[in-house]
Amino acid sequence: MGFALALEEQGIPTIPVSTHAFARLAKATARTGGMPTLRNCYVPQPVVGRTASELRAYIEGMDPIEKRPFMQGVIEGLTQPLTDEDLKGATFERERPRFLEPDTEENLHQLFLENHWTDKLPIYLPTEQRVEAMLKGTSQAADKMVGQMRPTAFREAWAFDVEKVAVNAVMAGARPEYLPVILALAASGVSARSSSTTSWAALSIVNGPIRDEIGMNSGIGAMGPYNHANATIGRAYCLTSQNVQGGSVPGDTYMGSVGSIWNYTACFAENEEASPWAPFHVDNGYKPTDSTVSVFFGGWYTQSGFGPRESWKEKFIRCLTATDHYSPPLIVMDPIVARAFDDLGFSKQSLIEWCAENAKMPAKLYWDDQWVTTLLKPKAVAGIEPFAGRWKAAPDEMISIFSPGDINIVVMGGETQGAFKMISGRFRGLGVGTMTKGKEPIVLVDDWR
Amino acid sequence: MADKIRVLDPRGFPPKVVGKRLANRPMSLDGKVVYLIDALFDNADVFMEELRKWFAENMPSVETRIIKPRESWQDDPEMRARVVADGDAAIMGVGL
Repeated sequence: MGFALALEEQGIPTIPVSTHAFARLAKATARTGGMPTLRNCYVPQPVVGRTASELRAYIEGMDPIEKRPFMQGVIEGLTQPLTDEDLKGATFERERPRFLEPDTEENLHQLFLENHWTDKLPIYLPTEQRVEAMLKGTSQAADKMVGQMRPTAFREAWAFDVEKVAVNAVMAGARPEYLPVILALAASGVSARSSSTTSWAALSIVNGPIRDEIGMNSGIGAMGPYNHANATIGRAYCLTSQNVQGGSVPGDTYMGSVGSIWNYTACFAENEEASPWAPFHVDNGYKPTDSTVSVFFGGWYTQSGFGPRESWKEKFIRCLTATDHYSPPLIVMDPIVARAFDDLGFSKQSLIEWCAENAKMPAKLYWDDQWVTTLLKPKAVAGIEPFAGRWKAAPDEMISIFSPGDINIVVMGGETQGAFKMISGRFRGLGVGTMTKGKEPIVLVDDWR
Repeated sequence: MADKIRVLDPRGFPPKVVGKRLANRPMSLDGKVVYLIDALFDNADVFMEELRKWFAENMPSVETRIIKPRESWQDDPEMRARVVADGDAAIMGVGL
């Protein structure tokens, strides 16, 4: 859509074609691009998986949204004279008063629900008193800008300040002492409410002294509903994302076809003390005494296993090659598992390298994937490695599906079981909306104390 | 009658939207160059090829050229410059 808007601005009449499932999104994007009369045309959903003759039938058939022959819409869209509205576009501002209209608690709860400002679970209403109390958790000014967020790269970015994060932290039930972590997550610029049809989620890992300071849990039940800080920080990040970015409304600003359970809350603490290895943030150049948050973009799959047993290599290979390989795994290990690999002579890095070396599949399977084809094939064709090498491989040639840099390991758990999980999670580092200075891929919580 | 309370708005600050005009349209596409821009979504290439064939069969006076950006979802100023330099119109798709 961005191309279409840019080309129209540059004097080239352009028809953006979308499938009908994206009609609301296409029209909304045109409107917020200042061209509400952009001449969108639509074909039936899906296009993916359709044969050439089926797509030809789409072209020769009806536009399911505009209710006219598709090609008629295309030709007329490119040749019909402009209207007054076409010539002006639409300029508008959207005022956002600091306060909503006063109302009863019951009505305000209903308003928040109906406006899709919650995760449909009960919230705390963000009264001035509660937000003031929350803001005591940081020394940063309430009107300090934190960053920008957007549901996808195609949508407009909205800005937000410390107070907006505090408002959403109140709604989530967080405590003031958690606010620096929540602010750091928001400052990453990575939305925990991506609009993608694939149903992404943002899983985050907290490292450093802040974990104990605010009572996070990295032991028994580390990834479960057993800790107030873990639960409400993750929830606050999700609510902040959906509300400061302009919404997460199904069919408009949220298009995830199946959705993700990780979208409720997904913030965890590494069990640094029980790990035989350095913590995640130290691997990435931070001091052990730094407190950080790291965001992993994923949530598509979870593999599970216990061990390492004698056949651990076969198990790991089965798990790694069963992933949806566009999204590499964040491997979460109970300390028992980490120490066992340490006893086998593995460092964290050498185990990651083993995984990357041994997770292989035939090239034809690697490329027969919607997102690998959409997002990695252009890089391959452009000669960018390692994708170019994978593209050149013969169809039955076994190729590595991950590079070592794709895979990360974090230790957490309470040592009641030697369990590991491989969870879809690419280490995103800083998102496009971040205002955090420097080139660090992780956000310092200490900057938000 | 329940008391009314005042709460803060949880939403961020949207940018101002600046209106932009559409490009002038030609009276017809006869003899014109129309770029068919493959948006790089899966199967968009097949769709654009079918669209190219449709034009060849039904509007042979229209010259179509299939073009792709270098990367998915990233602006490609060079590609746009090519379209602007010698194109008269464009059709872009398919958005999923």
